[in-house]
Amino acid sequence: MPGILVYVHHDEGELSPQSLGALTKAASLGGEVTAFVAGSGVDDAWAGSLGGHGAAKVLVADDPALAGGLPQPIVDAIESSAREADVVVFGAGVVSADIAAGLAARIGAGIACETTEIAMVDGGVVATRPALGDTVMVESGFRGTGIVLARANAFPVNESPSGSAPVERVAVDVKPWSQAAKPAGREEAEAAGVDITEADILVAVGRGMGGPENVPLVEQLAKAIGGEVAATRAVVDAGWVPYSMQVGQTGKTVSPKLYIACGVSGAIQHKVGMANAGTIVAINKDPNAPIHEFADVSVIGDALTIIPKLTEALTNR
Amino acid sequence: MNIAVCVKEVPSGTSHKRLDPATNRLDRSGDSELNPFDLHALEEAVRIREGSADVGEIVAVCMGPPSAQRALQKALALGADRAVLVSDDSLAGSDIAGTAHVLAAVVAKQDADLVILGQQAADADCYVMAAAVADHLERPVVTQVADLTVEGSGIRAKRQTEHGYDVVEAPLPAVVSVSDAINTPRLPSIKAIMGAKKKPLETLSAADAGVDSGRVGESGAQSIVRAVAPPAPKAAGVTIEDSGGDSASQVVEILAGKGLI
Repeated sequence: MPGILVYVHHDEGELSPQSLGALTKAASLGGEVTAFVAGSGVDDAWAGSLGGHGAAKVLVADDPALAGGLPQPIVDAIESSAREADVVVFGAGVVSADIAAGLAARIGAGIACETTEIAMVDGGVVATRPALGDTVMVESGFRGTGIVLARANAFPVNESPSGSAPVERVAVDVKPWSQAAKPAGREEAEAAGVDITEADILVAVGRGMGGPENVPLVEQLAKAIGGEVAATRAVVDAGWVPYSMQVGQTGKTVSPKLYIACGVSGAIQHKVGMANAGTIVAINKDPNAPIHEFADVSVIGDALTIIPKLTEALTNR
Repeated sequence: MNIAVCVKEVPSGTSHKRLDPATNRLDRSGDSELNPFDLHALEEAVRIREGSADVGEIVAVCMGPPSAQRALQKALALGADRAVLVSDDSLAGSDIAGTAHVLAAVVAKQDADLVILGQQAADADCYVMAAAVADHLERPVVTQVADLTVEGSGIRAKRQTEHGYDVVEAPLPAVVSVSDAINTPRLPSIKAIMGAKKKPLETLSAADAGVDSGRVGESGAQSIVRAVAPPAPKAAGVTIEDSGGDSASQVVEILAGKGLI
């Protein structure tokens, strides 16, 4: 069995469910899997709890330079452990992807992104990803150490972990240039009144809605159909609606009975957060938009025209 | 300060994307275009120039086949002052690590204080190039930046993670990738398109660029495509061509039929 190392990300002690899922997946391949966590003042018992998610051993990099949650110091910390591994697995996540990318450059490793399946084939690790708008599945193997970066929500978390794994502390040498970037604060997510993960019906606003002045059209449709409003990253980044309404890789994962996507292109980052919805209705004037590839009902047309009519038709029922 | 923007040529959004069954590489024979995500990187460079920062030059850097000159012409029309294309048969089939090595090698020769990339390439859907290039250059990196400010000799960048918005500060020289929500790219004027033809566009071989030949091309690739297969079949959806909002009643009917309303 090859040596598998899994980087487990955490945000000030809150373990990433994406990392935990990747760890459990790696452990299911049959060999002994080593988990790697980095931070400052890491508690042994907390790190050891990763045994409940499949780790046979946990490597801990503990250094004040690893406290800020930025990726580059962690590349320095994991580098030597990674060089000894045959494959290094990362769960999805913005910081995890940055670490995986930096590590690939550092050790000259191949990297497989957006991985949705990991398997052992002829003694080597094979990573499979959907590519080209999820129209084809591509299986990749590696020469030398391989780096596997999972797609968001590809691997479920073990919800009833038990047991612990032995913890070993590794030497850390963080380079000065890796510490040049400094965290300068976090903007707390603005709270919306509702938790969109609980809604049976979601009406999502995407950039195809034109501008924030058109968000009320989507709100009216949501009201008429008894649902809540959700959004893509693009419109949240642009300040149309609060972050708490965002669906996708860096937002919420939802699985409502009905998801009506208004002016949403259906980029992978959004798709991973809503692909499990029961019925997906897409309203988008671009016939080439990826969302039309996986929607159950694709309406090719101008969302700004259609949505008020849809609201009216629902209200008049 | 000088800015380098790394760009890529990708198959155009309207062309049919497929893998060449003979090579398992992306079939690039159809129409191609400048990666749409890179428009935001170029726009941000121009925006920085128009702001308070004193920008000497903006250089667009690309690795690709000779046809990528067209993508670079567009970059020049959008505000780059000059462009550098690394084009060499030996680079075909390079993986992510190899491509990052090439881009870093070229950028290192450009005297750029700030390197800007788009958040991802529209063909590969990976968002790892900026952090890989930064590691080669040994410079700080902030990826998927939604708001960028150049302040004196450093940058202040806001970016979205799974926990909301983080603000990161870094000294120059630095590398960033920008979110597609950071700005709205302008369309080039006819004058800018014509003017782009007079701007310098340099083509380098891999050797000119200082590329380590062992790390690039198919032979240098550390990840190898083993097989390509169709995805699991999914029930085809219903498609409705709307005209003036006439689809609304059909959608209501379908939703009622499914018991959703």
